[in-house]
Amino acid sequence: MSQTLSAATLLAVPLAPLAGALLAGIFGTTFGGNWIGRRLSHTLTILGVLVAFVISAMTLKSVAIDGARFNETLYTWMVVGGLKMEIGFLVDGLTAMMMCVVTFVSLMVHIYTIGYMEEDEGYNRFFAYISLFTFSMLMLVMSNNMLQLFFGWEAVGLVSYLLIGFWFNKPTAIFANMKAFLVNRVGDFGFILGIGLLAAYTGTLNYAEVFAKSGEIASLNLPGTDWLLITVICICLFIGAMGKSAQFPLHVWLPDSMEGPTPISALIHAATMVTAGIFMVARMSPLFELSDTALSFIMVIGAITALFMGFLGIIQNDIKRVVAYSTLSQLGYMTVALGASAYSMAVFHLMTHAFFKALLFLAAGSVIMGVHHNQDIRWMGGLRKYMPITWITALIGSLALIGTPLFSGFYSKDEIIEAVYFSNLPGAGFAYFAVLAGVFVTAFYSFRMYFLVFHGKERFDQNPDAHHDGHHDDHHGHETHHAPRESPWVVTAPLLLLAIPSVVIGFMTIDAMLIGDFLKDAITVNADKHPAMTELIKIYHGPVQMALHGLTAPPFWLALAGVALAYYLYIVNPALPAAIKRRVEPLYTLLENKYYMDWFNENVLARGARGLGIGLWKGGDEKMIDGALVNGSWKLVGWVSSIVRKVQTGYIYHYALAMIVGIFILISYFATWPMIKELLNK
Amino acid sequence: MMVTLGHFLTLGAILFALSVIGIFLNRKNLIVLLMAIELMLLAVNMNFVAFSYYLNDMAGQIFVFFILTVAAAESAIGLAILVLLFRNKSSINVDELNTLKG
Repeated sequence: MSQTLSAATLLAVPLAPLAGALLAGIFGTTFGGNWIGRRLSHTLTILGVLVAFVISAMTLKSVAIDGARFNETLYTWMVVGGLKMEIGFLVDGLTAMMMCVVTFVSLMVHIYTIGYMEEDEGYNRFFAYISLFTFSMLMLVMSNNMLQLFFGWEAVGLVSYLLIGFWFNKPTAIFANMKAFLVNRVGDFGFILGIGLLAAYTGTLNYAEVFAKSGEIASLNLPGTDWLLITVICICLFIGAMGKSAQFPLHVWLPDSMEGPTPISALIHAATMVTAGIFMVARMSPLFELSDTALSFIMVIGAITALFMGFLGIIQNDIKRVVAYSTLSQLGYMTVALGASAYSMAVFHLMTHAFFKALLFLAAGSVIMGVHHNQDIRWMGGLRKYMPITWITALIGSLALIGTPLFSGFYSKDEIIEAVYFSNLPGAGFAYFAVLAGVFVTAFYSFRMYFLVFHGKERFDQNPDAHHDGHHDDHHGHETHHAPRESPWVVTAPLLLLAIPSVVIGFMTIDAMLIGDFLKDAITVNADKHPAMTELIKIYHGPVQMALHGLTAPPFWLALAGVALAYYLYIVNPALPAAIKRRVEPLYTLLENKYYMDWFNENVLARGARGLGIGLWKGGDEKMIDGALVNGSWKLVGWVSSIVRKVQTGYIYHYALAMIVGIFILISYFATWPMIKELLNK
Repeated sequence: MMVTLGHFLTLGAILFALSVIGIFLNRKNLIVLLMAIELMLLAVNMNFVAFSYYLNDMAGQIFVFFILTVAAAESAIGLAILVLLFRNKSSINVDELNTLKG
């Protein structure tokens, strides 16, 4: 344990944003009497996140350069039957990297929000929420035990719920946040089962202690079945990750979460919260390494998500939804990498993706502001000359996303594709095909959006239903026919600051991530059984050679083909897409309806659950409990007594007769009983 | 003729039977009913005294004193209730007293 990391400094990282959130949230809203104005509340929250970011950056420096590590329990909440519930921090390469990504993106989003939410009534509330989110996410990544991880996990889910429904007067937003919350519950159910199983078999919640005992539980079976316990645990934990990281089939909430304001789409639904699942699996790598079945499962789920969610991105017309489906697809890539045991590459892609996807979302937000809160890319076009900074940063983000050599996305994505190629688990063949095809699809939809928004004919004054949706009608009604204009500096500055890491971060950090020992003690790989990482290191000869080699590799050509196709369809021959759409109508309908997943969820699962609920309510509660048990018992008693009451005539001689007859019967019984017994015995 | 235990018990049984018949046959007067109950107690007392004497055990005779005391108290309460009943109903006819009917 190094001297450079102290508990007090680390504690300041999550607590500074929490303080900002509480001040802005309590005293900046009507709840606390509006003591704090807009200016003060954004200053306070930004200051809190800035403090967190500076300390995180220093932590990263001491972890990466001085090799400092920290693993201590700061506070014991309670002890239940030997199971300790604690709050503590574990800081190693993985945590330090996540802390920096979270606080940096959060800081950018905080600054961006000043411009984006300028005219919104809930300005202070919004700042309170995003600071609270930063706190929750930091608690999640810095945790050294499962309970705190679960706390952070639920807290980010809660803040996500609050933020998706931020405009709580909008029915679609309320529907979306409810959906996000419910779908996440499904995942969290699996997650808590996994944690519970681990706690039951290892008797501890602390990571280090659980991992130390993982060898003991590796060969156990789940009682009453012949399933390997570790596989069940890993799949349960991964179901949690599926909910949070929006993996098929629990992905349905993420596209709908775009109902929230754009800054949170960038912060929560692209860069940080949705990567919590990836982070968690990487953190639990010593457990997942023990179960090939779970890894195969993870890889197949990731591959399905990576490819099929990409297809959906092609037909979306809402600028934010295109980026949302691209997020789903990229999360699929990360999951595939986890399945191939290339945890460090998944985390690497998580980091590069956080930067360029936050950039893309914020650029999309800037575009939305520029065209007066229209989100339909069919009615944009030619924005390049009106919004030069947004244009160049969006281009950088798209290039990074599709994996152009030397850009950050290239390094992480290429390594993932290679890792899948070297993986020997069942399902790796399908996953390899999916991620390769995904490259083409990603390039196509990214540049479809890029060309439709920034190039081609200017269509922003032709929108037939402009300003009939969204909450901003009142503010912007008078500006309908104004030309788009570049956003203020508070919006463009974060774009520029995010564009820099989007370009260089991959080039700079691949050495440390792939061959360095930055993540070595955080991630365990069983190299004999899962050789992908070893093979990756074998063929790696530095970032420049990798980029040069990338120019001749299939992913690059697929990406180029995707861009070329997008260019041809949307710039050279813009009439063609409509013709193609007519030709493949059934396929288009399938994609339009998102593979009928929502239909299935609403009509089969939701309606089935409602039907079951109504059945239990009408049949079980009303008929059985109320009807038979509660009302039935009084009715039975009433019926019996209505007969028995006839005996009570009220005449004394009747009672007396009853007594005499009773006595007679009793006496004759006792007098004759010995005789009867004798008779019976014979 | 020698008076034996059997004679006493027969007397007790006759007294008891008289009182039971009194309760059944009497449909008119509540006071007669009370008297019949007293007679029933006396029949029991008769048995107690007879057994006490023939078994040489004084406990039976002491019991009789208790029963007599309790019977006196019971008659006092019974008559008091009877007076109140008469004030309320203007009748002590047994056939009309059926308010306990279910």
